[in-house]
Amino acid sequence: MTTTDSNPASVEVDPSGRFAGTGTRGTRILGSMTVVAMVWLVAFGLGFSPADRDQDEAVRIMYVHVPTIWVAYMSFVVTAVASGFYLFGRSKALGWDRLAGASAEIGTIFVAATLVVGSLWGRLTWGVFWQWDARLTTTALLFVTYIGYLAVRRLGGSHQQRARRSAVVGLLAVLLIPLVHWSVRLWRSLHQEATVLDTDGDIDMDGLMLFSLFVGVVAFTLFYIWLVLHRTRVMAMEDMMDDRGLDLALASRRAEVVPTQKLEEN
Amino acid sequence: MSIWRVACLVARKDLLVERRSRVVLNQVLPFAGVTMVIFAFALDSDAVLERVAPGLVWLATMFSLLVLVQRTFAIETDDGALDAMRVAGVDPRAIYLGKAMGLAIELLVLEIVLLFAAVILYRQTVPVDGIALLAITLLSATCGLAAVGTLYGGLAAGFKGRETLLPLLTLPAVAPVLIGATRAVEAALGTAGAVVSDGWPWVGLLLVFAATFGVGGSLAFGPLIDE
Amino acid sequence: MDDSTLQPATEATVPVVKLDQAVAVLGHFPALAGASLLVQRGEIVLLRGPNGAGKTTLLRVCAGLVPIIRGEGSVLGLDLKTDREAVRSNVGMLGHQNGLYLDLTVAENIRFWGATVGATESETSAAMERLGVADRLAEIPVRKLSAGQKRRTALACLVARRAQLWLLDEPHAGLDAAARDELDVTLRAAAGAGATIVVASHELERAGSLATRAVDVVAGQVNGGEQ
Repeated sequence: MTTTDSNPASVEVDPSGRFAGTGTRGTRILGSMTVVAMVWLVAFGLGFSPADRDQDEAVRIMYVHVPTIWVAYMSFVVTAVASGFYLFGRSKALGWDRLAGASAEIGTIFVAATLVVGSLWGRLTWGVFWQWDARLTTTALLFVTYIGYLAVRRLGGSHQQRARRSAVVGLLAVLLIPLVHWSVRLWRSLHQEATVLDTDGDIDMDGLMLFSLFVGVVAFTLFYIWLVLHRTRVMAMEDMMDDRGLDLALASRRAEVVPTQKLEEN
Repeated sequence: MSIWRVACLVARKDLLVERRSRVVLNQVLPFAGVTMVIFAFALDSDAVLERVAPGLVWLATMFSLLVLVQRTFAIETDDGALDAMRVAGVDPRAIYLGKAMGLAIELLVLEIVLLFAAVILYRQTVPVDGIALLAITLLSATCGLAAVGTLYGGLAAGFKGRETLLPLLTLPAVAPVLIGATRAVEAALGTAGAVVSDGWPWVGLLLVFAATFGVGGSLAFGPLIDE
Repeated sequence: MDDSTLQPATEATVPVVKLDQAVAVLGHFPALAGASLLVQRGEIVLLRGPNGAGKTTLLRVCAGLVPIIRGEGSVLGLDLKTDREAVRSNVGMLGHQNGLYLDLTVAENIRFWGATVGATESETSAAMERLGVADRLAEIPVRKLSAGQKRRTALACLVARRAQLWLLDEPHAGLDAAARDELDVTLRAAAGAGATIVVASHELERAGSLATRAVDVVAGQVNGGEQ
């Protein structure tokens, strides 16, 4: 098969030439680690860690809320970096494009989770589902922006066209985020200051709470990596299917010769 | 041929097309006017209207932006002129800047008409000391809107039947302009006790936005309109 | 413009068009399914074939508008995979669409197209004279022209651009007899002046008398394209 796409080497192919799946030894180990970390998170988040003085039991939502938004931001950074590597790299390797796409898809889902979990927390703590403050509003716009990015990915065309177009849109989104954040910050800010990062060195969270949060971040990061690995491999397979579909389409296109020639003979 | 000369040719051509066809005058302006009227139906209170008038002006501008962008690219795709420009090797940056300039001029006219409508329908007054702020706000916001609209308009124009992508990409991207321009106009008009000096930080935001998307857009336009 | 480090080859030995098993898709449909074609300088090549055989796509590939995703291809020595932008400015294409602005007059269209590629006023006027759109038609909006008159206007735009490779898709369609003769004279003159022409046409006797060679496009491939 001569294609512009270098075939994804990471996909397991069994001897008969069919795909065995997207799992490898590496992802299975990673998956097991994710499960273990998630069990730890449940144990620490719901069991060992204490309730908060002010927020009471609602504080436990933080152990999911903070890791999901962390993963979401990380995945958009990965999308941007991968888009940059695709656009400015010499090889124009579609692997970068698939990484960007997979990361954006997963990031979008995590932003959605963040918004849902966050508004539940808001209802418990603030008494309302939604506050028009800087961070919430930025996150909501981020969500819509990446839905747009994913729509652009589905516009069609060849794989290289898709890759180039979406890499450009992916980088434009990065231009947009600081501007959105700046504008809504200027507009209003009611959100509580970032609890962990913004304090001047002295952390006011209980040690066990902090550890639970840490477990959450580790668990969700592992989960993200596991998802990205599988998703990029599925995308690689889809691209291969497209190429295979193209082979079939080419064959049937070339076969059109026969009836036409018969027509000409008649 | 410098990029700017070609860009001016493209912009002049777009304005000439408008002078002949009068689509913006006869269709888009009335549309914007109707939006201003139906806002009043929805809000149903003179006090509320007076308070939110600057925001409504910009909302009507955003909706009209989407219509204007579709119109400005319909001119190009009606008879394959965008393809012809690409085959002719016209620099995509020049096409982008030219289309954006033409669009900006049309938008600016529209915004001024909408402001007059706000003065009449929503009982706004324009204080003398707010005029400079108002003018600069209009200019910088318009440049930002035209930059974003042209960029995504070009992307959507390449795909027949996918024009619905335009609002999805454009509206989140122009959100900072909506916020900034609304606050700045509130300051200029003195809505709800705002003072003129409150407006200038917003102008800064609008200028940075316009510059960022102007430069980013002219670089990104080529890859986006290419098949 | 600063991106002109890639120059088209001017030696007679370099084929003007060289396609080797080129595959191009429209969406997922392989409109070109491994087409090979070799065109030398000064040739007038006629592409024959039924509708849907891939003639238009073949021309669009040569114009650098549609990328080839498998196989190889070059135009004037410029690679169609990597230097599509550089290819474009050296070819002129007239497709199903004329690439005109319907609300502008004939003269305004031709002047716009001439100006974007840096043609002088006299070159533009000469092109209009040659295609017979200089006098009576010049001030009529393109929207009001007949199909044949639009086509003549589009050809005048092409003449004003002085392209090295002309790609024409059904150029005789919709023209009256006098206009067809005029077109043939123009094409022969262009070929005599060193241009290479690839024509896709149904009207075999008309185009056949013009062409130096004819090839068949069938099912996305070219029969006898490499002679």
